[in-house]
Amino acid sequence: MTANTPPTDVQMHRRSRRPLLVEAGIVVAIALLILFAAPALLTAIGQEFRINMLGRFLALAIVALGIDLIWGYTGMLSLGHGVFFSLGGYGIAMFLQLQLPEGELPEFFTLYGVKDLPFFWQPFHSLPFSIAAIALVPALMGGVLGYLVFRNRIRGVYFSILTQAALIVFFNFFNSQQKLINGTNGLKTDTTKIFDVYTGSDQAQGIFYLLTVVLLVLAYVLCRWLTSGRVGKLLVAIRDDESRVRFSGYDPTGYKVLVFAVSAGLAGVAGALYTVQSGIISPKSMDIAFSIEMVIWVAVGGRASLVGAVVGALAVNFAKSILSEQFPDIWLFFQGALFLGVVTVLPGGFVGWLRNQGQDHLRSLFGRPRRVITYPSLAEDPEVDYERQNLRN
Amino acid sequence: MSDKILEIENLSVSFEGFKALNQLNFSMDTGELRVIIGPNGAGKTTFLDVITGKVQPTEGRALFKGKNLRSKSEHKISRLGIGRKFQTPRVYLKLTPRENLDLSCNRHKNVLATLLGRPSKTEQRTVAGLLETIGLSTKADLSAELLSHGEKQRLEIGMLVAQSPDLLLVDEPVAGLTDEETENVGNLLLTLAASHSIIVIEHDMEFVRQIARQVTVLHQGSVLCEGTMDEVQTNPQVIEVYLGQPEESDA
Ligand SMILES: Nc1ncnc2c1ncn2[C@@H]1O[C@H](COP(=O)(O)OP(=O)(O)OP(=O)(O)O)[C@@H](O)[C@H]1O
Ligand SMILES: [Mg+2]
Repeated sequence: MTANTPPTDVQMHRRSRRPLLVEAGIVVAIALLILFAAPALLTAIGQEFRINMLGRFLALAIVALGIDLIWGYTGMLSLGHGVFFSLGGYGIAMFLQLQLPEGELPEFFTLYGVKDLPFFWQPFHSLPFSIAAIALVPALMGGVLGYLVFRNRIRGVYFSILTQAALIVFFNFFNSQQKLINGTNGLKTDTTKIFDVYTGSDQAQGIFYLLTVVLLVLAYVLCRWLTSGRVGKLLVAIRDDESRVRFSGYDPTGYKVLVFAVSAGLAGVAGALYTVQSGIISPKSMDIAFSIEMVIWVAVGGRASLVGAVVGALAVNFAKSILSEQFPDIWLFFQGALFLGVVTVLPGGFVGWLRNQGQDHLRSLFGRPRRVITYPSLAEDPEVDYERQNLRN
Repeated sequence: MSDKILEIENLSVSFEGFKALNQLNFSMDTGELRVIIGPNGAGKTTFLDVITGKVQPTEGRALFKGKNLRSKSEHKISRLGIGRKFQTPRVYLKLTPRENLDLSCNRHKNVLATLLGRPSKTEQRTVAGLLETIGLSTKADLSAELLSHGEKQRLEIGMLVAQSPDLLLVDEPVAGLTDEETENVGNLLLTLAASHSIIVIEHDMEFVRQIARQVTVLHQGSVLCEGTMDEVQTNPQVIEVYLGQPEESDA
């Protein structure tokens, strides 16, 4: 960066870095706003209870990032991410449940007459292990499952059905094992203690809120790194024509396993953050509907856009909670309509719309012509467009 | 033996009893440009499918530089040095021509190297040079879905070359192109032939005459005859196959 280096190199370097720096600045600014301004604002308008809600929804935005990574970018529609989410949630809940005086067992065990802690609970005495397990157990499971599935070239609808089947298996297991994991009732966390503070206390909740924002930013950075550069381009290539990728000398399996594992890990982290802020994890989080909702957030926000995933998760969930407070009966209809509306009218979701039409609308608002990036005749010719859609295979 | 880049011995492929390739024998020297012609359904695309690992032969074997290709997966075969262009252009529509070429150009295609590596200076220069060669420099950063059919065909040929394969398999590169574009692609292939071994499959006889040195005629899954364009065109069997095609169209 000194004056002696050849000017062209320095300039090239700077030019490629500047947008990144701007983006980093914006992300940090938004994070700070969410951290400090949002709680203050919500308190000022007498909606303090929404701070906790915002915290939970920010946690859900982390899952949305993971879904976007595998679905938006790589084209794999998982309908079973509730499993990974729940594994993270159960991980932290088991740790919290074990914060008891020596020799005592979590209460529900005594109810079912269990005398010894099941073996898989043992390591959750340790905080470092629990923290690692929250991300790594789902990631490892996603990785192994992904490897078996992708290696056998199971794709598309078959993959989606498989993830859904896995979800049902896990739901039934957790739901029925009272003596291992308290079955249907799930594990409560708000009455447990962490570092001698109640998990449900304002003090602890404040820290969880902070942690959620920080981890969301880190998740964003991780996804941003994965989706830019060659790997990001390759993911898009896999999405659009996987077999072509093979003939270019790439084995898609490794790449798909990688993003699926990362996506599962993110879901685990989100599940843990959500659990400590809502006070409970139960098999309900492995409901089929919840896993499908995750996909809806991304579809609404905009596939293959990380910002879209975050915005979608926040917007849909706030809409859900506000609407279901007012009109408890119609939320489900509204959600269905929202999804249909997005798929038919805004296939690129909110962000996709902003990128294309939105820009043009804004320009015409200011009296400028539409941007045309190719020959006008080509861009507007319906026949060319038809071919573009159909010449893929 | 060692200067044969491709040897195909008694190759048969059957799809549920139907023999798309039937006891096919074929060989090709290193550095050769070979054109394969034949009526629709002769098995030309299937022939490429076998070489590139998309279809497994029922019988016989394919040797590339003396190595047996049986039960190697597509990406391994590609890494051995065989590049393929498909009958309909298959480029990544949501990526730009530059990105399309860069993905093919990447030397280390495993996950870790791709994740941690950056495009090297040489690779960037190769891509820029290729964009020049295929005449897409000005459109290098447009989304590939905006390219015309002919530009996509050229881009896909560029992607092949970016892999720097030893053997290029090119399936109907001028289908649907104008005369001018056809000649462009022809010249492009002739240029490439100086440093690669190439198999071109084509129906357009005008084009075949432009580029062909050795021609192989496929019919009903086997080689009917081989020779220069003139020899092939005057061969009575070939004439019969092409002229008599309507009567035996169920073959
Ligand atoms: N996967 C498959 N399953 C069944 N039959 C197939 C399959 N692939 C090809 N065939 C059949 O094998 C025969 C040869 O097909 P191929 O695509 O190799 O012909 P081609 O010479 O490339 O024809 P064209 O000039 O029309 O491209 C055809 O009759 C085709 O129907
Ligand atoms: Mg064909």
